[in-house]
Amino acid sequence: MSVHFDPLGNALAKAGRVGLFFVRVLGQCLPALNYPRLLIAQIFNAGARSLIIIMLCGLFVGMVLALQGYDLLQRFGSESALGVAAALGLVRELGPVITALLFAGRAGTSLASEIGLMRATDQLTAMEMMAVDPVRRVAAPRFLGGIIAMPLLTAIFDVIGIFGAQLIGVGLLHVESGSFWSQMQSAVQTRDIKEGLVKSLVFGVACSLVAVYEGFHAEPTAEGVGLATTRTVVISAVLTLLFDYLLTAAFLNS
Amino acid sequence: MDPMTPGESVVEVRDLRYTINGRTIFDGLNLSVARGAITAVMGPSGTGKTTLLRLLMGAVRPDSGVLTLFGKQPARLNRIGLYALRRRVGMLFQNGALMSDLNVFENVAFPLRAHTRLPEPLLRRLVLMKLQAVGLRGAAELDTSALSGGMARRVALARAIVMDPELLIYDEPFVGLDPISLGVILRLIQTLNATLGITSIVVTHDVEEISRIAHRSYLLANGKAAAAGSPAELRATAAPVVRQFMSGLPDGPVPFHVPAPDYREQLMRDP
Repeated sequence: MSVHFDPLGNALAKAGRVGLFFVRVLGQCLPALNYPRLLIAQIFNAGARSLIIIMLCGLFVGMVLALQGYDLLQRFGSESALGVAAALGLVRELGPVITALLFAGRAGTSLASEIGLMRATDQLTAMEMMAVDPVRRVAAPRFLGGIIAMPLLTAIFDVIGIFGAQLIGVGLLHVESGSFWSQMQSAVQTRDIKEGLVKSLVFGVACSLVAVYEGFHAEPTAEGVGLATTRTVVISAVLTLLFDYLLTAAFLNS
Repeated sequence: MDPMTPGESVVEVRDLRYTINGRTIFDGLNLSVARGAITAVMGPSGTGKTTLLRLLMGAVRPDSGVLTLFGKQPARLNRIGLYALRRRVGMLFQNGALMSDLNVFENVAFPLRAHTRLPEPLLRRLVLMKLQAVGLRGAAELDTSALSGGMARRVALARAIVMDPELLIYDEPFVGLDPISLGVILRLIQTLNATLGITSIVVTHDVEEISRIAHRSYLLANGKAAAAGSPAELRATAAPVVRQFMSGLPDGPVPFHVPAPDYREQLMRDP
């Protein structure tokens, strides 16, 4: 590794290494489907175990959206559009992004530290020596599990968020329930759902890949595992927001 | 005692040279492991004992020289060839390296599930037999986190022999064990070697323990095999580095003091 300060070069080199690792993991994804039990365990790990935090945050985000949206919309006398505003905001933007950020914090860190510990305790080397490819046995199922879990978690986040918005908007601020739901129904299009789905899939790939990569390449020490965990959160968050901008721009353009 | 028959060696190392980050680990290493024997590889810390294992398993490549395992050069094999070669070798890691997400039974079953399509009842019997051999059949359903260091190493040993390897490699098998566990591991190495008819390589720096069971020992120092022979022959060797290691002397060719500037001068110098 170079000692001199060269952030651009280092970032490019790292992107290249992650890219190569991505190709290796992708190549092992099909064979990994041969172990359905491993995959299901990982979907459970990344998905079901993040459920509570996702639902709780979805509820609060929906409630805040209703408060802020109501305050803004009533200035233009259009508080009946609160349902649309909340639903579109959640489905297109806040749902995928916040789910991805929470995923990075909850599932990403646990993936990175788990794989990092496997590295530190020679488990990955032991697999290599037993002629078992750790990328197939360890990385691929966790990567796939993350990709499958992310859109599901996002969908749940959206639904709970809309419920939270309804709770505050209709229940507390007395927006008319009929217009809240009917306007939402007519304004939210398939392309909005598609935008949310594509985003959550892309974030799922990015966050899972970063977590698996960082864990796999952690220094085999306690400090190294800690560093890998921290890097997972930071890089996942930055990538999520970067891709969010790019995807939003692409969808608005089309 | 020595089951060595001429020309029958599992591992051959000739004039091996290996450097990493500009540091020479091996320079002209010669070594051979006879089929069916227990061969000890000893040496002070940092002499490249573990590196030798990595070279042997094809994890790293030598700079020059020849290293063969079952007549093949690991460094020249592709991934498929290397994996085929590794299946003939069992390896016991220093801390066991058991999979933390599997219990004892599944850890031992791991190589079988990865490489064979055995029916479940047969697989179960095989695993239980290997666990019986290391005395841990009763611990089959335990989580690996519930095992002591010695037990973890025995589970790892059961896992290492489950594919019936021809060669069994032990990386520092005695480190951090209490006297009873140590005795158990020592006896297991000997019994497995004799009853399964396998070849054993034991990498260690515990001179006393390994001398009781090894047929032939190598002492690595300064990138070479400084001495080779039976434990008794090694003890009789006059070379200073061998004498220092075998008798555990604190100072000698391997110095007590790390290289430093002159003591008196450093103390007297104003900061």
